[in-house]
Amino acid sequence: MSATKSYSEEFLKGIWKENPVFIQVLGMCPMLAVTNTAVNAIAMGVATAFVLLGSSILVSLLRKVIAKPVRISTYIVIIATFVTVADYSIEAFSPALHRELGAFIALIVVNCLILGRQEAYSSKNTVGFAIVDASGMAIGFAFALFCLGATREILGFGTFFGSPIFGEHFEPWVIMALPPGGFLMLGFILLFFNWLEQRKKGAAV
Amino acid sequence: MIKKPMQLLLQTSPFLRRGITTPRLMSEVVIATIPVIFAACWYFGLSALLLIFASVAGAMLTEWFFTPKKSSTQPSNSLLDGSGLLTGILLGLTLPPGMAMWMAFLGGVVGISIGKLVMGGLGQNMFNPALVGRAFLQAAFPTAITTWNPPATSPGSLESFTAIRESNLAAPFMQSSTDAVTTASPLGLMKFEHEPTPWFDLFIGNTAGSLGETCAIVIIVMGVIMAIRRDFDWRIPVSILLAVAAFSAIPWFIKPELYPTPLGMLLSGGLLFGAVYMATDPVTSPVTPKGAWIFGASIGLLVVLIRLWGGLPEGVMYAILLMNAATPLIERIAQPRVFGRGRSAV
Amino acid sequence: MKEVELTCSATAKEPSALRLVLTLGIAGLISGFILVFVYQYTAPIIAANKAKALREAVFKVVPNSAYLQELHYKDGELVRVADESGGEKVQPGEILYGAYGPDSGFMGYAIVGSGNGFQDTIRLLYGYDPVQRAVLGMHILDSKETPGLGDKIYKDADFVSQFSPVLVDPSVELVKGGRKADNQIDAITGATISSDAVVKIINNAHQKWDDKTKGAPPKFVPPPPPKEKEKDGNE
Repeated sequence: MSATKSYSEEFLKGIWKENPVFIQVLGMCPMLAVTNTAVNAIAMGVATAFVLLGSSILVSLLRKVIAKPVRISTYIVIIATFVTVADYSIEAFSPALHRELGAFIALIVVNCLILGRQEAYSSKNTVGFAIVDASGMAIGFAFALFCLGATREILGFGTFFGSPIFGEHFEPWVIMALPPGGFLMLGFILLFFNWLEQRKKGAAV
Repeated sequence: MIKKPMQLLLQTSPFLRRGITTPRLMSEVVIATIPVIFAACWYFGLSALLLIFASVAGAMLTEWFFTPKKSSTQPSNSLLDGSGLLTGILLGLTLPPGMAMWMAFLGGVVGISIGKLVMGGLGQNMFNPALVGRAFLQAAFPTAITTWNPPATSPGSLESFTAIRESNLAAPFMQSSTDAVTTASPLGLMKFEHEPTPWFDLFIGNTAGSLGETCAIVIIVMGVIMAIRRDFDWRIPVSILLAVAAFSAIPWFIKPELYPTPLGMLLSGGLLFGAVYMATDPVTSPVTPKGAWIFGASIGLLVVLIRLWGGLPEGVMYAILLMNAATPLIERIAQPRVFGRGRSAV
Repeated sequence: MKEVELTCSATAKEPSALRLVLTLGIAGLISGFILVFVYQYTAPIIAANKAKALREAVFKVVPNSAYLQELHYKDGELVRVADESGGEKVQPGEILYGAYGPDSGFMGYAIVGSGNGFQDTIRLLYGYDPVQRAVLGMHILDSKETPGLGDKIYKDADFVSQFSPVLVDPSVELVKGGRKADNQIDAITGATISSDAVVKIINNAHQKWDDKTKGAPPKFVPPPPPKEKEKDGNE
């Protein structure tokens, strides 16, 4: 199995074919909670990427040391460490961002995407592959967050990265800035990706 | 020696049918909305037609866009059965007269796509599509949908009919102009200022409110006609109105200066319109008589609770949507007893 | 895949309990070391950020003020919290801030109030002048009000500026359609509940502190020099 794997394929699968949000539908909590603006979405994506990459490297390095019956608890300890580091750093260097993201930074620890990658990939592969896999998944996750955050920011506030794009008379869609807007938009985006997938299948037949 | 193969026809009940089909039911209800549309034009002028046109356009275009075009197995008749048209009209009638047309269009799109098509189309939808569209608009544009324009000072005259509200014509994504004359709806007046509206104004519709909801008399007449023609289950509107009257009488008896009269509750806001046109949707209401009573009475109770103690002055929309969601449960507890069997045999 | 599973099952003897404890223990130990290191590095920055945010908020609600000190009510008068540091700890809810001008003259109090908004608890800070008996300014510290509507209680400059100043006698009053008296606040259109919450919070907090702030304000005691230096450095 390992002979046929290529780095580029392992990297790209996380971005598109096995995208953690659009295909695997993992990590919905941060996906819905903090994506009301593009900046928040990207900040969340970067924080998650840091945790995912850090813990994947560590788990892959220690994969022979970690005893199997306690592996989940060990992964959680490792993940929680990186999450706390991210939490403190964001609070120290950007208090405004920390106020926006609030408790959801700490909640990265229960993001099933991260634990899922440790269990399914990093604990069975070499460090090189683990890095490639984690970066692919992290980019895929951040991309999905960005898609949702950008659409919600454009419709909910009429801005993109904080700069207005519709002029001053824009009527904001209040619902898009609120959690229900997250659910609706995510539903639409999943619908769109499923439709793309079906079209591809239809074309292949 | 021609042997005719013997045919054995096996059919299940019902053997007797009324000649009622979806297109026919829908067209009857559409016709029943025409007097209401006329009343809306009488009081709010051309704005009523513009908004209804926009929401119908949104609903029909969405229906057309998502209908399989070249499918051989299923003729694309979901456009022609009139349900999309009805959703559009009903949605348009629940909007305030000063709403922007693009918002009405968006409401139609959302109502049909989220309210109906993603659930599997007509008959599969859990919620009334027109109300889903309106709930979306309420959540997305809370200011625009609670900005009421007063009715025309000389209703029915040509000049008040052709005076289009500028806010109707706001460009897509843009705000409607804010300098229009606005006023409070009778429910808002009662809730926040404790100022009742004369019941006769409510009765003939000379008040601020959504396009189709103000004129009580037209809705009552059309409701009676439709009930006689059996376009819907008469128990639903009757139980809603009875429940509202009963539940709003209690606080009124205790503190008449603070709470509205039961008559005022019945005639103001979207209660009559909701009870007659929205709650009676055959897809989203219970089919059994007992279920219809439970359904209607619960809507009435919720309306009173939301109107008197909720954050918003009006609660008919949320009350109906909530009970739409509870309909499957009501059907379960309201199953008629099978003849010759015990109570538990369901 | 099959091969991997086979090797796994071949080597998978039950690891000893000691090994399990060691694995988790070492992971916890490493994690602890990393966290202590990061905490030590970031804690002072975080504390400085918080202090800076508080100072800025106080200086905003009490215009022209340049210094502040934490005060609390004890035995019939307001005293500096710092004086009490030897004794019992003061509850955060019992603290208010005295704001002083550049010449160390008393400018007013900054008081934290909180209460229910439309969505969640609103926490705010307002400046109060016991001589004029007026609110000098209002700043929302924490709120989850509806974006685009309720959040106008801090995003709408016209609404916020109404609080500087507004009289507190007989009480701050919420009106619609323009303020007509010096103790009135004009509600935000479409966000009456949030506006009402802000006014109620101020009235409640004022009731709590009114009697306690009637006496002479405590003098400003400059903090010891090294701290002063740090303060300047941060600004």
